[in-house]
Amino acid sequence: MAAAPAATTTRRSALHRWIASRDAALAALNVVLAVAVALRFPDFVAPSNLADILDDTAILFLLALAQMCVILTGAIDLSVAANLALTGVTVALVNAAHPGLGVAPIIVLALVMGAALGAFNAVLVWKLRLPSIVVTLGTLAVYRGCIFLITGGAWVNSNQMSDAFLGFIRVPFLGLTLLTWIALAGIAAATWFLNFTVAGRNLYVAGGNRSAAFYAGIDPWRMQALAFVISGAVAGLCGYFWVSRFAVAYVEVAQGFELQAIAACVIGGVSIAGGLGTVAGVVLGALFLGLVKNALPLIGISPFWQMAIAGAVITVAVIVNARGDGRAAGRRILEEKAA
Amino acid sequence: MNALPETTRPDEAAGRAAVERYTAPPSRLARIVRSWEFLLVVLFAAGFVACSLASPYFLDIWNLSDATFNFTEKAIVALPMALLIIGREIDISVAGIIALASVMMGLAAQAGAAWWIVALVGLGTGLACGMVNGALVTLFRVPAIVATIGTMSLYRGVGYAILGDQVIKSYPEGFEVFGQGYAWGPLSIEFAIFLGLAALFAVVLHRTVVGRRLFAIGNSPTVALFSGIAVERYRFMLFAVVGLASGLASVCLTSRLGSTRPSIAVGWELEIITMVVLGGVSILGGVGSILGVVLAALLMGLVTFGLGLLNVPGIVMQIVVGGLLIAVISVPVVLTRAGIIRPSRR
Repeated sequence: MAAAPAATTTRRSALHRWIASRDAALAALNVVLAVAVALRFPDFVAPSNLADILDDTAILFLLALAQMCVILTGAIDLSVAANLALTGVTVALVNAAHPGLGVAPIIVLALVMGAALGAFNAVLVWKLRLPSIVVTLGTLAVYRGCIFLITGGAWVNSNQMSDAFLGFIRVPFLGLTLLTWIALAGIAAATWFLNFTVAGRNLYVAGGNRSAAFYAGIDPWRMQALAFVISGAVAGLCGYFWVSRFAVAYVEVAQGFELQAIAACVIGGVSIAGGLGTVAGVVLGALFLGLVKNALPLIGISPFWQMAIAGAVITVAVIVNARGDGRAAGRRILEEKAA
Repeated sequence: MNALPETTRPDEAAGRAAVERYTAPPSRLARIVRSWEFLLVVLFAAGFVACSLASPYFLDIWNLSDATFNFTEKAIVALPMALLIIGREIDISVAGIIALASVMMGLAAQAGAAWWIVALVGLGTGLACGMVNGALVTLFRVPAIVATIGTMSLYRGVGYAILGDQVIKSYPEGFEVFGQGYAWGPLSIEFAIFLGLAALFAVVLHRTVVGRRLFAIGNSPTVALFSGIAVERYRFMLFAVVGLASGLASVCLTSRLGSTRPSIAVGWELEIITMVVLGGVSILGGVGSILGVVLAALLMGLVTFGLGLLNVPGIVMQIVVGGLLIAVISVPVVLTRAGIIRPSRR
């Protein structure tokens, strides 16, 4: 027992060095991309445009960090975008029915409803030990279908949304929108949670080695359940941000956005097998996607290319990850694959 | 049994009989009744009776024939997908492959290719996409879930990049036979292809060495590897076959619709995987039968058709499909916990 912590420490520090260099490489990639675009279009790196890009990527930052918590435990949450859409449409309808309600109840409702939808995944994964990919593939369809049930296919347009509902995330503060500040606060919170709290560290343990976690008194499935509730709550909150930012709510809101969140994690170096990944990596991964998205129309590439480029970037990133991650590669042959 | 003496006292004989009764494998009939496939048959029969009572138009052979179109293309992909999941892998990119293959066929048709070349382009695109997935998983050692999440948006994305929001509607004469032709009476060519493939896959999975090896790989890849099975080669072939079948499904779908757009078959991966899991294939690998998958395909087709008769919109059917998927994987767990079914089955 006494030797074990020492062994982990030496291994962790080696791992940390490796991760640090990886994050550094990703940061360099982001800078290179920004500079390359700026050589042709200097306005791309103007402070106001960078602020716009941050505002545009803010929701992705939050969702990717939430997804990271889930992936760290060795699970995956495909239902985040459907949860986001269902919660977003619901709060938009509530706002349309009671315009005088103010923002605070809307945010509480979004958080609670999102967490409840996430808890549904959590219970299935935790209590029934079901594989998360199948569960969330199912809830993705169910949540998305429920939007049609509550709206009947109708849209909620900006003229039905109150000024407070639309204005909250747009409040400027020190040159950035409130939405950007919330995303930055979310990044700080994730750094604190995953590095300096017991629950956060346990998420890593649960995905890093399930048996070891179990024998250390950490129920890995309970940690997965916690991650799903976090993911749901953040998705719900982002649901309000999304419908407010785009000032419209309908059935197909954020369709396929779960892939962007997973892509940000994978590009950021989060191991899909669990237990490996840094907040900085995920933030840089999301930023990379945000830069690409905003650079495309500028350099004259049709928006129809965006999906193909995102897919290519994910595919290349997973190949690079699989090659670099010797631990995961060894695990695939000699141990059971995480379902 | 040989260890027991020849002559035994009557009470000993009775005791031995009791032990044998308790430990003997269940009778053939008991096994059939307890099987997942039997449950599917019962559900299908119940749904069939309910539909025929609910609508006077249901029990018409041409109506039933029309009803097969809504699931046949998905079922064609579900067959190899079952083999893939039994072998402990998964492919989420199948709907993306269908879309890309359709776009490629549209381009071939625009270039003036004959109907059979158009079909070959579809099959070839599917096979190529499947081989890319296989290479990612076997050569680059990427977990199948992530690899196919990436290629899912890559394939459909390439379709969008090529076609944008355009639609291609002109196909050469003769191409419509795949999705609109009839092989014999009310038996559509599509459905005939599906039945033929189902028989082929059933034989391969349940009656050949290849099938036994797939079960071995699904139960434990490590043991399979150390038993001398070329695990990676089988994995690659499975992904290639799933890709080829997606290409075939795309040929049928494109031919039936008579048009191509990059947004076709959105969300089909969900329905195809649901079909496989509903058919009793364990998502953890190593367990499943083609009969179960065929029955699940028929059952899902029946549910969709029945809901259609009741004028339920498509997106609400999505709730049913998603709910079905979750119910199908959670019900056995709950029943096993409650001691109603034996844990060995799933």
